[in-house]
Amino acid sequence: MTDTIALPNSLRSQPDANGHFGAFGGRYVAETLMPLILELEKVYKAAKADPAFDAEMAELLRTYVGRPNPLYYAGRLTETLRAKAEPGKGAKIYLKREELNHTGAHKINNCIGQALLARRMGKKKVIAETGAGQHGVATATVAALFGLECKIFMGAKDVERQKPNVFRMKLLGAEVIPVHSGSSTLKDSMNDALRHWVSNVHDTFYIIGTAAGPHPYPELVRDFQSVIGKETRAQMLDTEGRLPDMLIAPVGGGSNAIGMFHPFLDDPEVAMIGVEAAGEGLTGKHAASLAGGASGILHGNRTYLLQDEDGQITEAHSISAGLDYPGIGPEHSWLHEIGRVKYMPITDDEALESFQSLSRLEGIIPALESAHAIAAAEQVAPTLDADKIIVVNLSGRGDKDIFTVADALGVEM
Amino acid sequence: MPVTDRLSTRFAACKAQGRAALITFVTAGDPDVAATPAILDALVAGGADIIELGMPFTDPMADGPAIELANLRSLGSGTKTRDVFALAADFRARHPDTPLVLMGYANPMLVRGADWFADQCQEAGVDGVICVDVPPEEDAEIGPALRAANVHPVRLATPTTDAQRLPAVLDGASGFLYHVAVAGITGKQQAAQSSIEMAVARLKAATDLPVAVGFGVRTPEQAAAIGRVADGVVVGSAIVDIVGSHGDAAAPFVQDFVAALRGALTHQAQETAA
Repeated sequence: MTDTIALPNSLRSQPDANGHFGAFGGRYVAETLMPLILELEKVYKAAKADPAFDAEMAELLRTYVGRPNPLYYAGRLTETLRAKAEPGKGAKIYLKREELNHTGAHKINNCIGQALLARRMGKKKVIAETGAGQHGVATATVAALFGLECKIFMGAKDVERQKPNVFRMKLLGAEVIPVHSGSSTLKDSMNDALRHWVSNVHDTFYIIGTAAGPHPYPELVRDFQSVIGKETRAQMLDTEGRLPDMLIAPVGGGSNAIGMFHPFLDDPEVAMIGVEAAGEGLTGKHAASLAGGASGILHGNRTYLLQDEDGQITEAHSISAGLDYPGIGPEHSWLHEIGRVKYMPITDDEALESFQSLSRLEGIIPALESAHAIAAAEQVAPTLDADKIIVVNLSGRGDKDIFTVADALGVEM
Repeated sequence: MPVTDRLSTRFAACKAQGRAALITFVTAGDPDVAATPAILDALVAGGADIIELGMPFTDPMADGPAIELANLRSLGSGTKTRDVFALAADFRARHPDTPLVLMGYANPMLVRGADWFADQCQEAGVDGVICVDVPPEEDAEIGPALRAANVHPVRLATPTTDAQRLPAVLDGASGFLYHVAVAGITGKQQAAQSSIEMAVARLKAATDLPVAVGFGVRTPEQAAAIGRVADGVVVGSAIVDIVGSHGDAAAPFVQDFVAALRGALTHQAQETAA
């Protein structure tokens, strides 16, 4: 795949040497971790320049993950929305099928890349945080693949609501450590993963699951996930002979979204929408850091955070455990501030509706995270002309969410 | 630097007595704001030389369970940033000569801007600030504002801070250098005495700043052993545990424990002199 060339005034040349995306990003970690993240930066630069690293990554993505995954024209979804739209309206909707990857989501793209880096650094142990368990499962999977010892930190509340994924991780040979501190969710599992890392820096690699954390994580996670956007670009040119008019992706930390957006940032004709979890609505409990937060420092980076006037982090809420985080990757904060990407809130109820509509219309049960993006597409597509093209990142499959959804719909299983 | 530099004055006084300075940590507002002044007074009455006052944060990533719980107790009882500065100013009024250092995390410190924070520190009589998650690479966030307000930005050196990196840590460090004895979180593992001695020797060869050692120091015996080589000994989690057990009745227990720590440091100094 050929990459587009980054121009001097490109939006694709971030971050700077110190890991800043405009005013965001950076390296806000305890001194104990600084030498390690500086070494990681060095190792990553060397890996990036090494064709052998790229070749091994590409081969694993092809034979193990199952890439490239399809770009699928969602005909029934498109037609159903057109039927409700004014004449001549109703954009064509494609789905990028990340849910068809091994382990059922985009998370594995990043885990393979980071496991290769761990091996280069001679680390035999990996740790990760997880919310819904998707990143935990993907990390446990690559740990098995590479023969690494694996510990997964997971909020006690999430251990309870995501039992099938907890069992999957254990089957894969990982140890799942329930985190009881704070609100016992994703943010707290990240705190405890950082605490474990700082105590075991000599032999442990931290596989961060999203495009956040201290530099160079936001950059390297984005690069590993950019395979999504590069494939989408090639597939769209192949199918339609042109670039899409709009990309839509869900944003928690935002790794699937930045992976899809980044290869298109310098194409002004391509609009982009990142979909934040608005939970019970922006006036209630939610997880929309851009719509309802402010710039601050947490988990190694400066970014938009849900916080009070004293800078205390406030609890996030989303029906989707994977979006239940009070922050967002720093590159999204920057893209939001410069206006290159628009961010749109979608509530729990809207996501639940779209979870069901996509299942019925296309025979695809989306992850609740992805259902947020589908909901946004259902609102936006009817306002666009029928000759416009939207690509939605179907970042994960919904099998993990059936219990949550059944519960929300009042169905006894 | 401040005209009356309480930190350097106190380190010099301790040195003249042939002993290490005793630096004690508690979290502001733990268990609540009303109970904190008596606990701070108990630290001083027990013989603490320098007070580290923790600014509570919801997500104290560098702290072990003891101090994490203290943070949550404090926030749970409603402590606000304005309370932390009120406690500091109140302490300064009662103890004009005892150095006070704020320790905490970047987000609560910077949420209203570094200049605001530095001004508040200056007004409240705070002598130094330890910001756990702002390494030298991000000094611009807080360092210049503190220096302009004559407040010492205290830097941390750790077992992973190698010789190549140490100059970057020392560049812009002031007040004292805080050596984190273990690669880890507060209150958990204890470092071997030999590794502490090697580290302190290495740091003292590189800087004229006083070197204080903390993380994992829990007993008078350990404090005395570290006091033989370092200019200061920091005890945090062990005191915070006492506050955790006794709540707003903790002051006398805190004072007894601090007195035992101080006694061990003084005794060790007398032995060395004799």
